[in-house]
Amino acid sequence: MSKAELKTISLEEIEALAVGAWILGTGGGGSPYLGLLNLRRLYAEGTRVQLMSPLDLDDEDWVAVVSNMGAPLVGQERLADSRNIARAVRMQEEINNIKFRAVMSVEIGGGNGVQALMAAAHLGIPVVDADCMGRAFPEAQMTSVAIGDLRPYPCTLYDPRGIEAVVTKVPSWKWMERASRKICVEMGSIASTSKAPRTGREVKDWGIHFTTTKAIRIGRAVQEANRRHEDPIAALLATEGGKKLFTGKIVDVARRTTEGFLRGTAMVDGSDADRGTKLKLSFQNEWIVAWRDEDAIATSPDLICVLDSVNGHGIGTETIRYGQRVTVVALPAPAVLTSPRGLEFVGPRAFGYDLDFRSLFSPAAAGA
Amino acid sequence: MKRIGIDVGGTNTDAVLIVDEKVVHSVKRPTTADVTSGILDALRALRAEPAAAVKVDAVVIGTTHFINAVVQRRHVQKIAAIRIGMPASASLPPFCDWPTDLASLVNGDIFMLEGGHDYDGRPFMPLDIAGLKSAARKIKDAGLRSVAVCSSFSPLDPSCETTAREILAEICPDVAVTMSHDLGRIGLLERENAALLNASLHDLAITTVAAFRKAIADSGIDAPLFLTQNDGTVMQAEIATAFPVMSFASGATNSMRGAAHLSGLDDAMVVDVGGTTSDIGQLRHGFPREANAVVEVGGVRTLFRMPDLLSIGLGGGSHVDEEPVRVGPLSVGYRLTSDALVFGGDRLTATDIAVAAGLIDIGDRSRVANLPKRLIDAALRDAWRKLEEDIDRMKTEAGDVPLLAVGGGAFLVPDRLPGISEIVRVPHGDCANAVGAAIAQVSGEADQVFRDLSREDAIAAARDIAADRAVQAGAARDSLKTVDVEDMPIAYLPGNALRVRVRVAGAIADPDLPAAA
Repeated sequence: MSKAELKTISLEEIEALAVGAWILGTGGGGSPYLGLLNLRRLYAEGTRVQLMSPLDLDDEDWVAVVSNMGAPLVGQERLADSRNIARAVRMQEEINNIKFRAVMSVEIGGGNGVQALMAAAHLGIPVVDADCMGRAFPEAQMTSVAIGDLRPYPCTLYDPRGIEAVVTKVPSWKWMERASRKICVEMGSIASTSKAPRTGREVKDWGIHFTTTKAIRIGRAVQEANRRHEDPIAALLATEGGKKLFTGKIVDVARRTTEGFLRGTAMVDGSDADRGTKLKLSFQNEWIVAWRDEDAIATSPDLICVLDSVNGHGIGTETIRYGQRVTVVALPAPAVLTSPRGLEFVGPRAFGYDLDFRSLFSPAAAGA
Repeated sequence: MKRIGIDVGGTNTDAVLIVDEKVVHSVKRPTTADVTSGILDALRALRAEPAAAVKVDAVVIGTTHFINAVVQRRHVQKIAAIRIGMPASASLPPFCDWPTDLASLVNGDIFMLEGGHDYDGRPFMPLDIAGLKSAARKIKDAGLRSVAVCSSFSPLDPSCETTAREILAEICPDVAVTMSHDLGRIGLLERENAALLNASLHDLAITTVAAFRKAIADSGIDAPLFLTQNDGTVMQAEIATAFPVMSFASGATNSMRGAAHLSGLDDAMVVDVGGTTSDIGQLRHGFPREANAVVEVGGVRTLFRMPDLLSIGLGGGSHVDEEPVRVGPLSVGYRLTSDALVFGGDRLTATDIAVAAGLIDIGDRSRVANLPKRLIDAALRDAWRKLEEDIDRMKTEAGDVPLLAVGGGAFLVPDRLPGISEIVRVPHGDCANAVGAAIAQVSGEADQVFRDLSREDAIAAARDIAADRAVQAGAARDSLKTVDVEDMPIAYLPGNALRVRVRVAGAIADPDLPAAA
């Protein structure tokens, strides 16, 4: 094992990470707030978490890929407990008889943006500055490692009641999603999971790199603009090369829960420059399509972020409600997601919309 | 319909008599340290006006007393917290996100027990009855008098919380129990926080409401007492005693609703300049626009629906400093009428500046005759600049909109402001919050699960139930409007189960008129 350069993550960076991860959550993934509370307590007790570059991994290292799976709504009642995710990782070590060098989140967006830090705090290993989505997505096959056709199993699931489950073998990522989702729903629609272990080589080839740093950068831009009483959304767009899509007020939200997913639409009534027009947002846990009249003006995998117009913080599909004043922005997607194979997994058709993906951004703008 | 509205603010206690929606008389008296003698003063002054010495149907009080207790860390009591839902959530116990100073005042003991529910209504773990009994005995032995109980998914199934209350009632019958499902929605930590805050104010609520009643009785009034809530509706005092947190933001709501009523404008910016602070908000369809999400009270996260307000430290009692010239944020508060120069004191306040500038005529004008013009101009500019900046921050549209200037310190609002089409000042505007209390509406709520109905039909059914409850509580049926609709699908129950919560509100029905069919 080579000696890698590690950087201790400060509490201030974790606070910024929580803000940035919530924005990158594109409405889903749950709020990172409870994870942040866990980390504040752990940091107060003296625990520190270290960050390592994916490029510093050895090819044969093992990396644990973690996520808290399930409905964010349930996470608001069954609060994130940092020990649970660490237990899911330990289960992988016991089953495969391996030792993990580091841990990384399956998705940087939403509450999972801090799951790796929570696991790392208990396991005493660093967090890799990378993830498998560069944002949040609702399903297990919507990842760069699935696009890369890497092995999808085994997956461990842990429920604090003491229920432990392993999906030992499946023929595809979609089957992993279906099998693990059934278990997760039985567990009460939330479970701590450790996905198929990845080698260092795989993370270097297929991970979406430096997204922890990116989330911290986004969070800082918003926090600092707020501190200076400047426009946090303008600061975010400038930092990340994003585009403003719409400004207005939420006038209707319709939700339905199917198979553990939250699907529905939200309607925004325009104000300022958008007065007199409406924007419709379709969601499946995350914001998937933005419609102006009948035209889809933005679709997955470009990131559609609904932000509080005043403070620039993200707003979730579960908590959005009538009267909120919002600004809808788009951020460029990581390149692996907009590749032809990537679009099969995360393009509009993967969510049941008969639409071609047209990015709002030039290919050059798409970065990790 | 004759009602007295009272607003107990940080500086002044205002009282108005409203007959058939019109203000007959209004008075303003200093708030006193004990609160109630100020109310008594105001009521006696109001009743001294012959036109106001009539029999009234109700007295409605809006008070910031309870939220101030939390913010100022005064009169909060030690309580026990019972969390039901283990072994989930163990790393984030009750009080885990509270400011340490407030937590140390309130946290008497924490009990975390197995039980609670899953999101689909199944029990999460069997309820730990033995643990509840043991907790109840410890609470009794420790002499704690108030308990907050919060169980996971209690808004969907409150049975763990009601069982806990029954066990507590058996073992320690004198203890007050706040159940979180009475106060909040999904979101365990925020709902629990609301319950913890509510429990911590129990003794204060009892003594405060008793003192209110005594002041009313002492002034010779015999009428039912109501307290106003955050959403601009009223609760009978008996019920309000159990839920002091529901009145947390009622002051601002009353002021904005009163401003709308007095001006006849339903859509406008509002600035309420009091003695200590100015609150800036926006009226939409006659109601304050609500804050977007989580609201912090004294540093504690809650999910109360509160008006979206910007509060700045500028009011009639604001200190004026000379080097450099600055108005606020410190204030003489309720000591305005003894400490300000025009009232014989020796503290230069914003009121003194306004008197010297000829904006109002109160107190002894000769006592500010020698203030340098340069100081007067600079102080007014500072106050105007603060108002201008913050009113603009709260505006949500680019065009010019009217601004309602109300409150006892409204003279500090200049006659022109950029982005404002006109500044509207109304008679009795200095008592807008008391007017808002007097006209506050009665609400009714339905919160239940519907099956085999479309979303529209389920919401309509919930609205009918809420309307019946509002009418039962004293509302006029033809005045009812839907204030709030929330629906949440519940998976894994047969027949498209949908949980719907609807809140309606309307005017208090005139007891002299036959009830509308």
